[in-house]
Formats: sequence, structure tokens, C-alpha cells
Amino acid sequence: MSGLFIVISSTNLIKKLVGLSIFQTSVFLLYISLGKLSGGTAPILTGEPNTLYSNPLPHVLILTAIVVGVATTALGLALVLRINDAFESVEENEITLELAKQSELKPMRPRDKGVE
Amino acid sequence: MITDLIHLIVGHNAVQKNLLALAVVIPLLIGPVCVITRVPNLAWFLALLSTGISLAIAVLLQIDMEPGVRLTYYLGNWPPPWGIEFVLDGASSITLLVMSALAFLSTLSAKDLVATEIAQADIGKFYGAWLLACGGLFGLVLTADAFNLFVFLEISALSSVILISMGAGRDRRALVAGYNYLLLGAVGATFYVIGVGFVYAMTGTLNMADLASRIPNSSSDTVVFVGFAFMVAGILVKAAVFPVHVWLPAAYAYAPSSVSTLLAAIATKAALYVLARVLFTIFSGLSPFVSLALDNVIIPLAVAGVFIGTVMAIYESDIKKLLAQSSVAQIGYIALSFSLATKAGISAGFVHIGNHAIIKGGLFMAVASFVISLGMRTNLKELRGIGRRMPITGVAFLICGLSLAGLPLTAGFMSKLFIIRAILETGSFIVLSLVLISSVLSLVYLWKIFEIMWMQPAPMKSPVLVEKPSVYLPLWFIAIVNIWLGVDADWLITASQTAAVALIGADG
Repeated sequence: MSGLFIVISSTNLIKKLVGLSIFQTSVFLLYISLGKLSGGTAPILTGEPNTLYSNPLPHVLILTAIVVGVATTALGLALVLRINDAFESVEENEITLELAKQSELKPMRPRDKGVE
Repeated sequence: MITDLIHLIVGHNAVQKNLLALAVVIPLLIGPVCVITRVPNLAWFLALLSTGISLAIAVLLQIDMEPGVRLTYYLGNWPPPWGIEFVLDGASSITLLVMSALAFLSTLSAKDLVATEIAQADIGKFYGAWLLACGGLFGLVLTADAFNLFVFLEISALSSVILISMGAGRDRRALVAGYNYLLLGAVGATFYVIGVGFVYAMTGTLNMADLASRIPNSSSDTVVFVGFAFMVAGILVKAAVFPVHVWLPAAYAYAPSSVSTLLAAIATKAALYVLARVLFTIFSGLSPFVSLALDNVIIPLAVAGVFIGTVMAIYESDIKKLLAQSSVAQIGYIALSFSLATKAGISAGFVHIGNHAIIKGGLFMAVASFVISLGMRTNLKELRGIGRRMPITGVAFLICGLSLAGLPLTAGFMSKLFIIRAILETGSFIVLSLVLISSVLSLVYLWKIFEIMWMQPAPMKSPVLVEKPSVYLPLWFIAIVNIWLGVDADWLITASQTAAVALIGADG
């Protein structure tokens, strides 16, 4: 949950993504802890009856969720790179400021002028 | 005769079952092929082909749909509750049909739009992401597995983010819009996963039907309720219900025009469908809890969304943002009708899912056409007199706009009629009066657009604008469907009632 707090409070776009990763990882841990059975072994058939197995399904789910999380982070970082190219900043308030300036000074971008 | 022939080919149960999976698999498989395609028109054709196949499948499956029919497909042939299951019943069938139809039409209109707005080298990748988004959204509707739903949610969200940020070539704000959508979407999806985790901990299953039967017997109601709250909160973000709709206006406004059409028409519809699924299928055994949440949380939020969206739209001066704000209001209407939790309410919700898809799809398509002709500007001021300069597109925009306002003889009138009838049935006159007031308010922003488009003179020295048949043919098709559904909406209403029966049973 502290990860979620970072997502909300931080103004740095990269830190927000880090917060998101922490948030997601803590949910993964929640799932993995569900699968643990005290005294249970790894879910590989031992051949003996009465063996206590841990539940493997949450691990499988989380494997999928980790892949999704990696993809999200990667895409987010790629976007931040592009944002940095376009705005020369990764701070949210600087970007907002820049956008406000842009709309005040030149509502139309130079490229659009050629059309008229 | 033709139906007999179709039945001969696909009437067999096994064929139908496979069709179900193919509707999702084909876009997902052809997507990567598009990415490596170097020829833009070929990539477009592949996208058109695969959305067309999905549409054909959805039509075939809808023909045989009647109350009580439930087609299932076991992925990897693992029977549920262990394996993942795809289910097609009345509710998913009509949603799939609406979404695939609009996906097909937006793809049809996208050819020239994309060629104008996206760099030549990126077009293959663009259609790749486009198909992944479509496939993910179709999967969202068909899956009957709570965790698999999360995966589809993320597939569609990540590819939508890519599509939105491709608008960066002409407006760098698209990057920020895409980033915000990514962040909010990921937080929403993670909330949903937390909820599924709690419910899974109590029931030990992820299959929706299995969950529904086990939840009433779970040992701790509190844990299940916490899980319910997390799941619903996550989905509300995806569906852009007020107050978590903030990502939507920017995302629709700065995305490439063709993407705005696709997303406005189908993306939030899938999330709303999932909301109905979660409320009425998974948690059907917990009706006191659910109705508590509906009455105290979702109905007020939906009504607030209707109001805020409408008022924001009145003050908006960017046409794409204006339409996006109006989408927030329309999403509020759909969420409101669902949360009445009566048969009339849910079927009204499905009627409006269908109608809003064609209305907003048409409006955004018309705006896309204006935008590429005018050279990328979306401010209302630039649209002065556009109705006379581009009459074919302008008239179609007018029809869809009147339909949005709910004028008789248009599709929007049918939705308003059914929503109001459903509210009347429950007897909550406060909600009814609020809905009616905001409905009148929506005329204000529509009049604002119409006045600018038709009554104001065009600016001096205006060049002759060319209208592209590849855009206005699908647009006119949508406009005609808008009128057709306003005159004769029987099949949509029957299908929506089947959907409601599939969700809450015949006696609800």
C-alpha cells in the first residue's frame, strides 16, 4: 500500500512507476502467502499418501501477473522516455506548467499553419 | 434458406464452441503478423479481415441466442473449475456483437485516417496494437474466469495505451494522456487482483459460476465483502465511472482520431459489461451486500457522473474533449441502469450499450473526418460552418448528435425511453428528475456544436475540403443504423432482455 501512496503523492513520473511496481509486488506476495500451507511440501507428487502439499495455483497466477507487471513497467518507462524527449522533464508539475505556457503563447502549432 | 445453410455449416455444437474461442484468438494471432508487415495497406487489410471474422462469428452466434442458451469452450480442454472457460450467454453475446461490429466499422474507416495521422513506418505496429486491443476486449467479454479476466484487462489496457500515445506525432500531450491512463489503469487492475485474491482465499476457485455457488457458503462474509469492494473499485476505474473517469477525456482527445473512434465505441463498454458480470454473476449469492453497494455507492456515483459529464461538456471548447465528457455522462446512464438491478434496468443498460456505441462511434468518426480535412485542429472555433463545407459528413454528424440528445425516431430515444421506464418502475423520483434534467442539459452542448457547425459562416479564404468515401461510407452506415434502431429496435430489445435474463434470471 505504501507503493500506492507513492503513485499518488510523487510528482516524478519515474518514481510513480516505482511506486506502482511496489504496489503490484505486494499484491503478488499476498497471493503467494495464500498458497503456503504450514508443513506442506512443494506440490510434486511424492508417491506417499497423506503428504501435505502447498497449493501451486496462486504461484501460477502470479507468474502471469508478474509478466503483466513487467510489461506495464516497461511500457511506462518507454513512455517516460518519450515524455522526457518531448518536454525535457519528468516532473509532473513542470510538464503541466509547460503545457499551460504552450496554450497561452501559441495555441496553434507551427506545423498546422501550412494547411490553411 | 440462408439461415438453413448457415445452420448446416455451424449448427453443430462443436463448431459453435470453437467459433467462440476463435473470435478472440484470431485478432490476437493476426496482431503480431501486422507488426511485421511492411506494407501499410496490407496491415490494414489484415486488421479489417480479422475484425470482420470476429463480427461474422458474433453474428452467427447471436442468431441462435435465446434465453437459457449457454455455450462454453474449455481452453486446453481442461474442464472448469480447474481450467479456463469461455462462456457465451445472452449477455456476452449481445455485447460481443455490438463491440465486434463497431470494431469492424472503425477499422473500415481507419485506412485514410491512419495514413494521415501515423508515420508510415509505424502503421504496421499501429494495427498490431489495434488488433491486440480488440482481441483483449473481446476476451474480456467472453471469459468466465476471474483471473483470466485480469489478463485480458491488461492486454487491452496496454495496447490502448500504445494506441493513445501514438497521437504524439501531432500533439505531445498524447504522451501524458497515455501515461496517466497506464498508471490509473494499472492501479485499477491491481485493485481488481487484490479483490480476486481475497475471494479466492475464501472460496478456492476462480471460475465465475463456481464462485457464485461457493460465495454464499464461505466462512467469512467480511473477507468476501472486502474482495467485492476491491474488485468493483478496480472495474469502475476501467469503466471510467465518476470520480475515476479523469483519464478518459485526455485519452480520447489526444489519441489519433481513429483510436478515439475505436475506444469510445467499445473500450468502456467491455468494462461496463464486466461490472454487470461481477455484480450479478459472481456475487449473485450475496444480494443484500450487492444491493447495499448499488444503492449507496454506484447509483449516486453514476448520477453524479451523468451530471458532471454533461456540465463539463457544456464548458468544453475542444470537440473531442467535449464528446469524451459526454461519454462520461453516457457511461453514468449505463452504470445507473445496471445498478437498478431489475430486469428492466439491466436490459435498458444493454440497449444503451448498443446505442451509445453506435452514437459515439459515429460522432467520433465524423470528428475524425473533420480533423483530417482541417489539418489536425479540434477546437470548436475551427469548425465554424463546417456543416456546409463538408455536407456528407456534417449531416451524418447531425443524425448521430440528435440521436445522442434522444430525439424521437433515433436510437438514443429508445435508450432514454427504456432507462426512464426502468427508473419509473423502481419509483425513485429523485433519480428520475436528475436524469431528466441532465438530459435537457445535454441539449445545451449539442446546440452549441450544431450552431457553430451549421449557422455560423465559414472563415474567409477557406479551402475546399475533400470528403473521403472510406470515412463517410462507414459513418453513414452508422447513421442509418441510428435511425433504424430508433424506428425498429425489436431485435436489440429482445437481445437485451435475453442478456438481463442471463444475468439475473427470468424473475428478477
